[in-house]
Amino acid sequence: MKSLMLTLTRGAIAAALTACGVASALAADLKVGLSVSLSGPNSSLGVPYAKGMQAALAYKPEINGRKVQLIVLDDGSDPTTAGRNARKLVEEEKVDVLMGTSGVPAAIAMAQVGRDAKTPMIGLTPILLDPSENSWVMTVAQPTQLMIDAVVERMKRNNVKTVGYIGFTDAWGDLVYNALMKAAPEAGIKVVSNERYARADASVTGQVLKIVALRPDAVMTGGAGTPGALPFLALQERGYKGGVYGQHGLINPDFVRVVGASGQNALMPTGPVIVAEQLPDNYPTKKIATDFRAVFQKVNNAPTSDAFSAYSFDGWLVFADAASRAMKKAEPGTAEFRVALRDAIFSTKEVVGTHGVYSFKPGSLYGVDERARVIVKLDNGQWKLAP
Amino acid sequence: MTWDVALILITDGLANGAVYLLAGLGLVLIFSVTRVVFVPFGDIAAFAALSLAAFETGRVPPTIGMVAVLTALALATEVGSLLRRGEAARIPKAVLMWGVLPAIPCVLAWLAARPGVPVAVHIAVAVLLVVPIAPLLARVVFQPIADASVLVLLIVSLALHFLLSGLGLLFFGPEGSRTTPLTSAVFTLGDGFTVSGQVVLMVGAAIVLSGLFFLVFERTVAGKALRATAVNRVGARLVGIRPVRTALLAYGCASLLAGLIGVLIAPVTTMYYDSGFIIGLKAFVAAIIGGLVSYPMTAVGALAVGVVESFASFWSGALKDVIVFSLLIPVLMLRSFMAAHSEEEEDEVDQ
Repeated sequence: MKSLMLTLTRGAIAAALTACGVASALAADLKVGLSVSLSGPNSSLGVPYAKGMQAALAYKPEINGRKVQLIVLDDGSDPTTAGRNARKLVEEEKVDVLMGTSGVPAAIAMAQVGRDAKTPMIGLTPILLDPSENSWVMTVAQPTQLMIDAVVERMKRNNVKTVGYIGFTDAWGDLVYNALMKAAPEAGIKVVSNERYARADASVTGQVLKIVALRPDAVMTGGAGTPGALPFLALQERGYKGGVYGQHGLINPDFVRVVGASGQNALMPTGPVIVAEQLPDNYPTKKIATDFRAVFQKVNNAPTSDAFSAYSFDGWLVFADAASRAMKKAEPGTAEFRVALRDAIFSTKEVVGTHGVYSFKPGSLYGVDERARVIVKLDNGQWKLAP
Repeated sequence: MTWDVALILITDGLANGAVYLLAGLGLVLIFSVTRVVFVPFGDIAAFAALSLAAFETGRVPPTIGMVAVLTALALATEVGSLLRRGEAARIPKAVLMWGVLPAIPCVLAWLAARPGVPVAVHIAVAVLLVVPIAPLLARVVFQPIADASVLVLLIVSLALHFLLSGLGLLFFGPEGSRTTPLTSAVFTLGDGFTVSGQVVLMVGAAIVLSGLFFLVFERTVAGKALRATAVNRVGARLVGIRPVRTALLAYGCASLLAGLIGVLIAPVTTMYYDSGFIIGLKAFVAAIIGGLVSYPMTAVGALAVGVVESFASFWSGALKDVIVFSLLIPVLMLRSFMAAHSEEEEDEVDQ
């Protein structure tokens, strides 16, 4: 009698568990976990990232007939919170893929959670990690070297022989300087100065005077956002006549607002999405970029004016492509699926996004090539393609 | 380094020094009258600059809402304390002082945000709008703890700075703003050496305002009351000076200075929600050189800080702030050797 009861109870529990299992299998959508800075000092980047992701969800809400569920958490521009968010997404929401975020340190924190929990992470910013130890992480952003190479190529074409450098005192300033030091000697260009300033500085007159005294043919700046406008303003004030070059950290409407007329004719690299309308019709990313503009306008009731929302969109496209292949191997929501998804992402071939054409392979965090960059010129407050 | 470069650096340094001078005067004024190291001083300057930038981009500056909320808080505090003391008859006057008076700049600012208002009006309104901030904060926060130790006051003041800069981030966003120059004039001196009109304006404003300060302190009753309170609070009270009222006067003057600083530097530097802090900190170095009591020494200190900063940025941009703040070490050492120990500690025991 007792044993019968036990068997029955066991059977009931087993049945209940199976039922639960079936129910969860039926409801198993694909789950995307996004952690992004909706508040805090990085929110001017984080908000566009989130808006771009909403546009992507509207553009491709289903993959192979399966709905995709997007879970968005705010990391308040804090790497610790970003790491905690990633853990929450992985452990509580059981997401299939992590995406984020607007700051490099925060993205690194998320990537480490992705690695520990064996969940693929698609970064939306450059991530500075050793790819050999981080086989679960990749990013849709362009590597800094790729962008700076484009600037140096342009300098060479404009017969620049000597270039002065002025940039931030932080990691971004170093990154740009190192990329410049790598590319410039190969192009026969001499870097004559390495001046630095802090993001919060009120004036760079001292540094600029030193650069102007060296009379370089051009000046390269390593800043980002509104503080990146300072060297442009100071060089203009000192009557510097050479070319001033920037990099993709400056492609931001606030930079344009603050730099005003002093930024006229400045050249910098960016993803082609910024000047999508001006690209030749045969440019590989033109069609998807115009589609993105249209869907973004529809979802957010405002035009895109930044490069960040497009990274989210591209991250989604890469995920959708990989997921449709991984779903043939495993069921979403399982550990096997996450492995299959990672393998699928790292075998991505020629997925056309708004910023570039993505082909990932193991051992590298980045998946873009020369098609992911164009040089633009600031002309009366508008970005113009400089072919 | 050539003479040209040195001249440019000196001009740049003097222009910055002029700003630190005004900020230093404000800090010394508040500290000598109330013993508060008013850290949020720079934040108020940033609020003025960003409000002006908001006007220029055709937006209603969110500062209006903040001043309005502060007004409501101050009014509630004042009415509450009057009721507690059983002086309900004085409530109408309090409403006029704490409710209506600070609301006037808010209304003006709201009106000035309409299109077609001349720039001069925008500048004046941006300055006026921040004038009530320090007195209102003082009424809500500092007046109830006016007799606390300098350290407590400093900590409260620091907390207030974080509150204000947080609000600044909320109101104006993380990106900075620049306003159109007040003047585009350029003066040529000698062979090709030019000084921009904005720099002349900044230095001129510093000279005129410090001159005004001197006259007010030497010639007017209110100025003498401020000086008396600075010298000895208890003594001042004995001769019929009300420390609460002089404190409010000091806060009001400092707030006005902060507003002027804001609109003066907004066209030459990019102002962020937190740029005020570093201006305040450098002005604090100047004020420390003046021992937090001496106006002329503060002025000299401010110009020194400006020029040192300018040359430091030429020699090593990355270490600029390190060099400026290192100035504090020798100054403080010298002061601690020279100064007789103050009666501060005794005062606190008495209370």
